[in-house]
Amino acid sequence: MRWINWHLSKRDRLIAGGAPIVLLLVIYLVTAVQRHAANPSDKILPLPSGMAKAITDLLTTPDPLSGHLVFWADTLASLQRLGLGLGIATLFALVLGLLIGALPPVRAALSPLVTGIAVIPPIALLPILFIALGLGETSKIVLIAIGVAPVMVRDIAAHVGSLPREQIIKAETLGANSWQIIVRVALPQAMPRLIQAIRLALGPAWVFLISAEAVASDIGLGYRIFLVRRYLAMDVIIPYVAWIALLAILADLVLAATSRRMFPWAHEAAR
Amino acid sequence: MSALLSLRNVWVEYGEKVVLEKVNLEVSEGAFLSIIGPSGAGKSSLLRLILGQEAPTRGQVLLGGEPLEPQCGPDRGVVFQRYSVFPHMSVLGNVMFGLECPAAPIAARLFGSARRKAMGEAAAMLHAVGLGDSLNLYPAQMSGGMQQRLAIAQALIKRPRILLLDEPFGALDPGIRADMHGLITQLWRDYGLTIVMVTHDIKEAFTLGTRVLALDKRRHDPHAPHRYGATAVYDLPLRTAPAVVPPAPPQPDPNPLSAAAS
Repeated sequence: MRWINWHLSKRDRLIAGGAPIVLLLVIYLVTAVQRHAANPSDKILPLPSGMAKAITDLLTTPDPLSGHLVFWADTLASLQRLGLGLGIATLFALVLGLLIGALPPVRAALSPLVTGIAVIPPIALLPILFIALGLGETSKIVLIAIGVAPVMVRDIAAHVGSLPREQIIKAETLGANSWQIIVRVALPQAMPRLIQAIRLALGPAWVFLISAEAVASDIGLGYRIFLVRRYLAMDVIIPYVAWIALLAILADLVLAATSRRMFPWAHEAAR
Repeated sequence: MSALLSLRNVWVEYGEKVVLEKVNLEVSEGAFLSIIGPSGAGKSSLLRLILGQEAPTRGQVLLGGEPLEPQCGPDRGVVFQRYSVFPHMSVLGNVMFGLECPAAPIAARLFGSARRKAMGEAAAMLHAVGLGDSLNLYPAQMSGGMQQRLAIAQALIKRPRILLLDEPFGALDPGIRADMHGLITQLWRDYGLTIVMVTHDIKEAFTLGTRVLALDKRRHDPHAPHRYGATAVYDLPLRTAPAVVPPAPPQPDPNPLSAAAS
């Protein structure tokens, strides 16, 4: 059978998908055990027991300065920044995307500006944001928003702009004005695409969050990773990275499920 | 009979390219005009003119004696070959949209008793096109023929003065197409519609229409193929009523609101 026709059963897909992950874990464990046999105080490849102990400390022992449980305080601070940044970007994407996509004069006026902002590497704006907005929460949230919003705006605008011309004409013959076409025809059809855009923006949003936290912060997942790096504390860094990955996967799953539940019509044709 | 739609010396040009030239046309109320012609002969351009999607380069398009503004309006209904229905609205929602637009300019939705009244009206129209059992489906769940029935119901709920059909049955298989011919003839009679239909299918044009208009180029310059546009080369009045005997219409549900309310 040709490979392009070789579809796996659900069970085989689980095995096939799990195998590389298990393989990597095994390689890590074997290497770590070897290193620890040679040098019991090795810090580069910590054993699971070492990581468990380090994380238990962060989970249970309050920070002597602030009194917070460090792990949860970091998670909360990072998720708050991420949520606010993505939320602002989503709002911009929805409003600007709809207007640019549906209304030719708005497209003519704003499309070059959005394209211009989109080509600036957001990290290059970080110094400007720190100078203009200070080192607090605002600059970090704005970095995430500026980093992901232009791409999302353009995606939604392109999607709305590519709605079949026939649909718009049809709506006009049904007596709809521009506003009614935006809220009843363009907006509902942009929503599944918006969720898709958020899912794709989650990756870059984490990058900007960790970058901002690494440069100037006193709390957060990215801050912690870059802080303990100074002590080669891989037993904290690796669990933190795994936790970030888990949070990202969870957010993605929740968004995908939301889209299927709220917009069944958009997933109908794919079945 | 009075002319509902008149085109007076209409030209459509895109830059150097002349698509339609010197088109003069009078369509009387209650006519079923079929437009045929080879690809690129300006059939769709003519339809877009009547629809108001485009303005003529020269000449005038008059609807009921008034010049058309170059925008689509609710006095002209349209059914395209594809993409005529809204994929995110249920069947009932698709038809109600036409009732909601003029009634709710800001909310674009109706509530309470106005909503129930619109639902009843939309459901009755859907029964008339044979979709009485599919009120809560989404278009993606329906066949191509059912989607075209929905598109027709959606257009007719506005009681348009002219119904424009752009190859409405082109994508359907022959059996379904025959059903649709029966349906459109039935609706044309029942609602006293004026229909302008563009089609590739010459047989369809002659079976359904009371008048057949053939568009083609009268002049052709092989060195400048776009120099001359198409115009009406044949204009054949056929009959006052269609030859097809339509099949019996679907029986209306005695209680049209029951399916809508569930």
